[in-house]
Amino acid sequence: MSLNKPYLDVPGTTIFDAEQSRKGYHLNQFCMSLMKAANRERFKANERAYLDEWPMTEDQKLAVLARDLNRCIALGGNIYFLAKIGATDGKSFQQMAGSMTGMTEEEYRNMMINGGRSVEGNRVIGEDGDAQAHRQPQGAAGRK
Amino acid sequence: MNMARITASVYTSHVPAIGAAIDLGKTAEPYWVPLFKGYEPSKQWMKDNTPDVIFLVYNDHATAFSLEMIPTFAIGTAAEFTPADEGYGPRPVPKVIGHPELASHIAQSVIQDDFDLTIVNRMDVDHGLTVPLSLLCGQPQAWPCPVIPFAVNVVQYPVPSGRRCFMLGQAIRRAIESYDAPLKVQIWGTGGMSHQLQGPRAGLINADWDNRFLDRLIAEPEALSKVPHIEYVREAGSEGIELVMWLIARGAMSDVAGSGKPPKVAHRFFHVPASNTAVGHLILENA
Repeated sequence: MSLNKPYLDVPGTTIFDAEQSRKGYHLNQFCMSLMKAANRERFKANERAYLDEWPMTEDQKLAVLARDLNRCIALGGNIYFLAKIGATDGKSFQQMAGSMTGMTEEEYRNMMINGGRSVEGNRVIGEDGDAQAHRQPQGAAGRK
Repeated sequence: MNMARITASVYTSHVPAIGAAIDLGKTAEPYWVPLFKGYEPSKQWMKDNTPDVIFLVYNDHATAFSLEMIPTFAIGTAAEFTPADEGYGPRPVPKVIGHPELASHIAQSVIQDDFDLTIVNRMDVDHGLTVPLSLLCGQPQAWPCPVIPFAVNVVQYPVPSGRRCFMLGQAIRRAIESYDAPLKVQIWGTGGMSHQLQGPRAGLINADWDNRFLDRLIAEPEALSKVPHIEYVREAGSEGIELVMWLIARGAMSDVAGSGKPPKVAHRFFHVPASNTAVGHLILENA
C-alpha cells in the first residue's frame, strides 16, 4: 500500500515525507556535514570536489552548485538541511526562502513587512493565488 | 504538599533570526523594536516567576538529528546541553543545564503511561530551544534554572498528530506531579506560528488563522487538538505544523485534568513578521 498523501494538492509546496527523504538522503546528509567549520572550508575551497565525495545524483550536485533550492527540494532536499548551504554562504533564512519565489530580496522582504503572502487563492492547486504554477516566477529576479 | 507542580505554560515562536538579532545587537532597529517590545512584559514575568525547572518542548531543525535517526519524541536526560553550530557558528549563549533526575523520572512515568519516548544522553540544542530562552530571559551569564529539552519531530513526515501531542502533555503533567520534590515547573511549547520556508508559496502568513489558534488554545484546547495536519499545512504553511508542539504544553495544564479552573492569561502577543514568520506568544498560569 502506498503512502496516504492528502497534501499533494497544496500549491508551491513539497511535503518532506518518507519518499522525498529516501530520494534526498545523501543530499541532505551532505548538507549536515556543513555544520562543521572545517567541512565548510573544504566545501568552499572546491565545491565540486567536495560534492563528488558524496553518493549524490548528478542532478542533485548541479542543483547545489547552482544554489537552486526549488530544484534541490524537488530532488529530495529538505529546507532545514538545505539551510546549512545557505549558512555556509552567509545567507539568511529570509534570503533562502525568497530565492524560491523568483522575487528579489527587496521584493520578498517588502512582502513580509506588508503582512506576508496571503493564503487566499493559495490553498488548493487550481485557484488563482500568486503561489500557483501559472503565476511563476513572481518577481523581477525570476524574469532576468 | 511536597510534590513537583506545573505553575504555568509559555508559548512562543522560535525564529532563528530573532536569535541573530539579539546576538548581533540589532534589537533597537526599527524592524525589530515592535517584536521585542511584545516580550518586555514576559521578561518581567519571568523574573517575578522564575521556576525551578523549565520543560521545553521544541523541534530540532536537522541539528542533533540528521536523517540517520528520527525520534518522534526525544527527552534530554543529560546534565548539560551545548548550543549547536547550525552552520553560522554556535550562538553566544550559556550552555543549557539539564535536570537528569526529573527528566529520568518523567521518561519512566510517561513511557509506562504508553508514550514511547527516545531517551537522549548527548544532544546539542539548536535555536528551537535557545531562542525562546533568549526571548524570556534576555542575555544572562547563565540561564536562570535547569531546562529539560524535549524534541519533537516535525521535520520529516509522519509527524505526531495534535491529538497525540495533547494527550502526551497530559501524561507529562501526571509525571511531573508525581515527582517527590517541591519543584515549580514551567512547560513551554515553541515553534510556529504561520510560516512557510520553501517553494513558490514561501512567505505565507495567515494572521486570522493564527489568532483563532490562540483563542482556541486558551479556551478549547481539546477541540483544537483534533485539527488534522493538512489544515495546518494549507492554512498556516508547511512549517506552521510546528504548532502541534504547543498542544503538548497546553495538555499539561490543570484545567485539562479537570481542575475546573481555566488558566489565567498573563500575556498575549502577536506580530508579523520576524523574517519569514508570524510570531505568537502566550503565557498561561495555572489558576
